[in-house]
Amino acid sequence: MYHKTTPYRIFSVFNTTFLLILALACIIPLIHVFAVSFSAKSAADANIVGLWPVNFTVEAYKKTINNPIFLGSLWIAAKRTIIGTFVILFVASLAAYALSKEKEQFKGRSVYAWVFVFTMIFNGGLVPFYIVIQKLHLMDSFWVLVLPGAVNVWLTILLMNFFRGIPKELEEAAMIDGASQFGILFRIFLPLSLPALATLGLFAMVWHWNSWFDGLIYISHKEDYPLATYLQTVIITRDFSSLSFSQAEFDLLSQKTLNSAQIFIGALPILIVYPFLQKFFVKGLVIGSVKE
Amino acid sequence: MRTLRRNWPFHLMVLPALLFLIVFNYVPMAGITMAFMDYKPWLGFSKSPWIGLDHFRALFEREDSIQVIWNTFIIAVLKIIFNLVVPFTFAILLNEVRKRFLNRSIQTLVYLPHFLSWVILGGILVNFLSTDGGFVNRMLGYIGLGPVFFLGDGNWFRFTVVVSEVWKEFGYSTIVFLAALAGINPALYEAAEVDGASRWKQTRYITIPSLMPIAVVVGTLSLGNILNAGFDQIFNLYNSLVMDKGDIIDTFVYRTAIIEGDFGFATAVGLFKSVISMILIVISYRLAYRWANYRVF
Repeated sequence: MYHKTTPYRIFSVFNTTFLLILALACIIPLIHVFAVSFSAKSAADANIVGLWPVNFTVEAYKKTINNPIFLGSLWIAAKRTIIGTFVILFVASLAAYALSKEKEQFKGRSVYAWVFVFTMIFNGGLVPFYIVIQKLHLMDSFWVLVLPGAVNVWLTILLMNFFRGIPKELEEAAMIDGASQFGILFRIFLPLSLPALATLGLFAMVWHWNSWFDGLIYISHKEDYPLATYLQTVIITRDFSSLSFSQAEFDLLSQKTLNSAQIFIGALPILIVYPFLQKFFVKGLVIGSVKE
Repeated sequence: MRTLRRNWPFHLMVLPALLFLIVFNYVPMAGITMAFMDYKPWLGFSKSPWIGLDHFRALFEREDSIQVIWNTFIIAVLKIIFNLVVPFTFAILLNEVRKRFLNRSIQTLVYLPHFLSWVILGGILVNFLSTDGGFVNRMLGYIGLGPVFFLGDGNWFRFTVVVSEVWKEFGYSTIVFLAALAGINPALYEAAEVDGASRWKQTRYITIPSLMPIAVVVGTLSLGNILNAGFDQIFNLYNSLVMDKGDIIDTFVYRTAIIEGDFGFATAVGLFKSVISMILIVISYRLAYRWANYRVF
């Protein structure tokens, strides 16, 4: 029994300690941002904040949630995430159901499958895409954040593989009872797939919430940015034109605390859905990897 | 005709996705003709003059584009290697943590960064790694090192990019190995135990060989990323100080097109990347199929 040997016990202690340190290293930057966001200006600017707030204050959060552009971008991000996720799931469910059929049942399945998969391995690149968006008059429109991402081929494949695991007998029985293919999809397959849809939906939500590049290049007014794009311009390119400070505020707030607060609010929805996500995503990866 | 009558619901179901794919994927693919044009927005596709392979010739002659291709390659290859080796090792070590609570807690923490965007992480890291009192440099200061210009020096920048990518992704990449570990037949270990094999010998002769097939698949499939150095990450971390060592194809295309408006050349550079990536993806999937019977469909 190797478990009981002294060398293994020594190894085990070192190993566990090492992995715990590694695991903490994964969230230390996040904890640091959290600490800075709740710290006083003087402490943040003097760089003495570590992993715990120094001279606790919520000034930075007060300023952030009173900034109409920040609130607006938060709203747009919520809107795109909800609508976008719904669109992705709807389009993917329909396509995945048809593609989950065997060649014998759905002639043309392989052609469609290749049309889908080819988009994963080749694309026209940034410039032609940009021109298409322009020609469709989608520039500066909310829908530019939703429509181009409507088909997520990867999620469609995962869902297709999930549908394939549903016993064929259910479909056959429903057909004998006179159900249409749409009826089978909406009344049998989708209700049976709720856990899978929840998983894929969470992935789609995270993807939408995190998307920032589309907003940056297709939308020109800051008021119309989703949160991720807004954060990109404020924190990375350091464009502060959307914020105005009074002298009193200037004394209380530092760029550091303000940025940290905005970063933390931006990360918060992900942190909130993360426990649910974690419960599902191991399963999700497994769905995707089981073949035939 | 008879099959169409029976199959129309399926065609109808695929239709919405198909339309979106045509508009947002296939129409732009037709736009790659720009790579062979001296494209002027005011002339459009029909009137802009054709110039053949001039853009591609420029791609291999301009010093900046050659440098960019090299940067992309070196950063991407380092990322691929470390994102295979680190999760592989981590999975084996984590497998030795028998306390369920500890094991689960470690997993929960290491998966997290994968789900945060590079805007958030970039914002965090710029502060965290700054030489002006950033957390890491403060810690280094305590032990008498630094300051290190993580994001302000070309060579350090590459190091930072690779390490932070691995930091963000290694946990998530571990999942597939943990799944493979869970699938190893316990009878193998029991037999080894009876033969008196130490835990190291069991790892060496059972665990590692059992993980090899999946490692080969993961490694092979990542070949397609050899020109993918990570736009989101670089774009949110780089600055003028590290342009020479840190600029990659995707950021170069972005600047050439959106900032400088040189649409034709930018498309050509992008096309170069897309074509090489496509060839590598096709080859890698063939290899993965041949070596490990791996299939997407």
